[in-house]
Amino acid sequence: MSTPYAKLPAWADYGLIPVINLFVAFVVAGFVVLLVGENPFRAAVILVEGAFGRGTGIAFTLFYATTFIFSGLSVAVAAHCGLFNIGGEGQGYIAGLGIGVVCLAFDSVLPWWLTFPLAIIASAAMGALWALIPAYLQAKRGSHIVITTIMFNFIAASVMVYALVGFLKPAISMAPQTRTFLDGAQLPKLNWVIELFGAKIRSAPLNVSFLLALVMAYLVWLLIWRTRLGYEMRTYGHSPKAARYAGISEIRIVIVAMMISGALAGMMALNPTMGDQHNVALDFVSGAGFVGIAVALMGRLHPVGIVLAAILFGMLYQGGAELAFEMPAISRDMIVIIQGLVILFAGALEHMFRPYIQALFASISPKAVGIEAVKGKGA
Amino acid sequence: MAQAAIELIGINKSFGAVRANRDINLEIVRGTIHGIVGENGAGKSTLMSILYGFYQADSGEIRVGGQPASIKTPNDAIALGIGMVHQHFMLVDNFSVLENVILGAESDALLKKSIAKARSELERLEREYGLEVDPDAIIEELPVGLQQRVEILKALYRGAEILILDEPTGVLTPAEADHLFRILKQLKEQGKTVVLITHKLREIMAITDTVSVMRQGTMVATRETKKTTVEELAELMVGRRVLLRVEKGEAEAGGVKLAVKNLTVKDSRGVTMVDDVSFDLRAGEIVGIAGVAGNGQSELLEAISGIRHAVSGSVMLDGKPIDLTGKADPGELRDRGLAHVPEDRHHVGLVLAFEENENSILGYHDDPRYLKGPLLDIDAIRNDAKDKITKYDIRPADCRLKTANFSGGNQQKIVLAREMEQDPGVLIVGQPTRGVDVGAIEFIHKRLIAMRDQGKAVLVVSVELDEIRSLSDRILVMFAGRIVGERGPEASEGELGLLMAGVEQREAAE
Repeated sequence: MSTPYAKLPAWADYGLIPVINLFVAFVVAGFVVLLVGENPFRAAVILVEGAFGRGTGIAFTLFYATTFIFSGLSVAVAAHCGLFNIGGEGQGYIAGLGIGVVCLAFDSVLPWWLTFPLAIIASAAMGALWALIPAYLQAKRGSHIVITTIMFNFIAASVMVYALVGFLKPAISMAPQTRTFLDGAQLPKLNWVIELFGAKIRSAPLNVSFLLALVMAYLVWLLIWRTRLGYEMRTYGHSPKAARYAGISEIRIVIVAMMISGALAGMMALNPTMGDQHNVALDFVSGAGFVGIAVALMGRLHPVGIVLAAILFGMLYQGGAELAFEMPAISRDMIVIIQGLVILFAGALEHMFRPYIQALFASISPKAVGIEAVKGKGA
Repeated sequence: MAQAAIELIGINKSFGAVRANRDINLEIVRGTIHGIVGENGAGKSTLMSILYGFYQADSGEIRVGGQPASIKTPNDAIALGIGMVHQHFMLVDNFSVLENVILGAESDALLKKSIAKARSELERLEREYGLEVDPDAIIEELPVGLQQRVEILKALYRGAEILILDEPTGVLTPAEADHLFRILKQLKEQGKTVVLITHKLREIMAITDTVSVMRQGTMVATRETKKTTVEELAELMVGRRVLLRVEKGEAEAGGVKLAVKNLTVKDSRGVTMVDDVSFDLRAGEIVGIAGVAGNGQSELLEAISGIRHAVSGSVMLDGKPIDLTGKADPGELRDRGLAHVPEDRHHVGLVLAFEENENSILGYHDDPRYLKGPLLDIDAIRNDAKDKITKYDIRPADCRLKTANFSGGNQQKIVLAREMEQDPGVLIVGQPTRGVDVGAIEFIHKRLIAMRDQGKAVLVVSVELDEIRSLSDRILVMFAGRIVGERGPEASEGELGLLMAGVEQREAAE
C-alpha cells in the first residue's frame, strides 16, 4: 500500500488532505440533506452537538471509537505487510466466542481485573486463529486473502449463530445470546473521566477498553516502526522481491502479520460485550470490522491517524443517531449515506485532491515537495 | 547548405525550484546526425520532451524549418514531421507490425483501407531505407532489434523528417547496434535529420556529425564530432577529468572462493535459462560475465545467491554447498560472507519507499549491531547510515530522505555501501552501473577494484561491454544460457561481440 506520490510535507499529507476530503464529503452530504428538504447547516449542528455537545454524547462517541480503533489498527497492520485483511468483521465476531466462554466460566469467581486479561487473551487468540487459516492459504497456496477473509466472515457468522442458539445460550432462554455477565466480567466505566471536566453523564457505555485501545495504538506504532518484525513486514509490504532478497520468509511474515491483525480485530469484541451489553449477542459486531477499513485508510495507516479517524466515525455514529431522532425526515439510512460519503471521499478517493494540493505546494515552496533532490543533484 | 531543421532558442523549463533546462540554445542542421550527451538528470530528456510536446517550455522559442512552432502535444510534433523512438518501446506486444504501425493513424472504421495503405507504404520504406520487417509478424515474437525498427517505421510512416532516438542501443547487441547505425546513416543520406540521445560516447564518435553536451540543465558545448575526443566529451559532461578506464594492477588470484559446477536453471515456464554452467571464482580476482541482456545472466546470479531454484548442478561457497532448492536463506548466505548487489535495485536491492537509513540495513536487519533488545536501535542505524553516506559520498547527505528521491547513481551507492561494508568474502554484482552517471561509474569501479585488491572474490555481470573489459581479470561470455567462451581482459570488443551474438558457437559447430 505504498503511495506513489509521497512528496508533501507530513503535516499536509496526514492533516490537510484528510481534512479537505472530509470537508468535501460533508458538502456533498449537505446536498443530500437539502434534497430531503431539511436544512443542512442545522443538521450539521445537530450532528456535532449530538456527538460532542454534552458529556453523554462525548462518552458515546468515544465508546464507538474504541471499537473502530481496534478494527482500524487491525486493517493497518495487515496493510503495512501488503495484505488487505477484509475479515476483521469475522475475526471480531468469532472472538466473541472466546470472550463468552471466558466470561461465563470466570465471572462468578474472579474480579473484573483478572477476567479482563483472560478475555483479552481469549479474544486475541480467537481473532488470530480466524486470520491464521486465510493467511496460511495465502502464504502456502496463493489463495487471495481478500477472497478468503470475506468467506471467513460468513463462516464466522454461521459458527456464532450455531454457538449462540446452542451451548452459549442459557437453556431456558429463547434469545440467541449468553446470559448477562456478572460483575466479574463487567468492565468499569470511564464516564468519571469526562465528568472530571464538569460534564454531566446520564448513562453511557464508555469503559476501560478505550484505554486498552490507546495502548494498542501505541504498541502498533512501536511494532511497525521500531521493531525488526515491523521492518520486515514493511519491506514485504512494499516489495516482496526485496523481502526475498533480504532473507525474509514470505510464509512466516504473511502468517505473523495476519495473526497480529486478527488478534487486534478480535480485541474489538471486548468493548461491546464486556464493556456495554454484558453478554455476547447475535450480530454484536454490526459492521465495525468494515468501518475499520475506512478508519485505517482515512488515518493513513498510522496509529495516530487511526485514533483520530475512529473518533470521527464514532462522532458520525453518535451524532447520526441524534440526528435521526431530531430530524424525522432524516432516517437511519440517511446517516448511512453520510457515512458512506465520508468513506468514499476519505477512503476510496483519498488521492483525488492530492495533485492539486501538490501543484499548489510546488508553486509556493518547491523545496517542501522535495523536487530538488530528485533531479540533477549529486553524482 | 547548412539549413536548420530545428532551432531551440532560449529554452527554459523549471520543475518547482529545479531548473531542468536553462537558457538552452541548440541548432540542429538538416540532414545530419546530431548527438546529445549528458549525465542522468542533465536535462536531455526534458529538452527532447519539450520538443516532442510532452512538456511546455516556460520560455523560449522552437523553430522547425525556420518557422516558429508551437508544440503543445505530441500530435503537434508529428504534424511538424518530428518523430520519436522511445527508450522503452511503445508497442502493443500482441499486435502485428502492421497493426502497430497504423495504431493512432487509422483512417477507416474497418481498417481495410488503412491496412492496405500501410502495407504499400511499408514496402516503400523498406526499399528506401533497408528497414526490413515482416509486416504480419507479431511484435512479441520479434527480437528487440526488430521491435526498435518497428518504432522507427512508425515514426517514418507518420511522415517524420526529424527522428529523435532516446538511448536506442541500450537493449541491442553490438551487431544489432551496428545495423541500427547503418539504417540511421541511410536515413541521413535520404535527407532526414536524426537526433541521438545517449550516454555512450563511443556511439557518438562512431556515427554523429555534431555533438552537443549538456550538464546540469545547460548546454555546455557543441562540437563537430570529427574535432573532439571521447576524453574531452567526458570532461565536458562531468565538469572535471574522468578516468574512463580505471587503472588497476595485476590480479593476484588466490584460492577458489566460489565454485559453480554444471548449474542448470529453468524459468517458471520450464525454459532452460542457465544451461550447464561451470566456472570458478578465486579470491583477489574480478570475473566479468558479458552477454546481451536476457541470456541467462540474471537467473545465474539469482541461483548463486540462493533466491532461485536450480534444476541441477552445485555451487560451493568456501567449499561448502549453497542450497539450490530456491529455499535458501539469503540471510544465512550473508553470514557466510556472500554479498549480492542485485541487478534490479528498484524492486529487489532497495525499498524505494523507505528512508535511506532503513535501506542501509536491508538484509542485515538481524545484525545485533542494529538491535536494542526487541527493538531496532534507530540511533545506531542512522549513525551507521551517516557513516556510509560520508564514505561513499552519497548525495544528498540525508539519511532520512526517501530512497526514491535519490538519483540512480546514489541509489546504487546505497546498495554498494551496504553490501561492501559488511566485508564479504565474495561479492556478486549485477549491472553495477546501469543508469548510473559517468562520475559515479568511476567511483563504483574504483571501489570494486579496491575490493579485489583486498583479496575478495568479485563476480560482475554487466551488459556494458566496456565495463566488463575495464573491470575484469577474466571475461566469461554468456549466450543462450551457456558460457560460450572465456577471454582475458585484452580481448577485443569485436571478438567479444561475436561471442555475445553466439557467432563463434555456430562456426565451431560447423
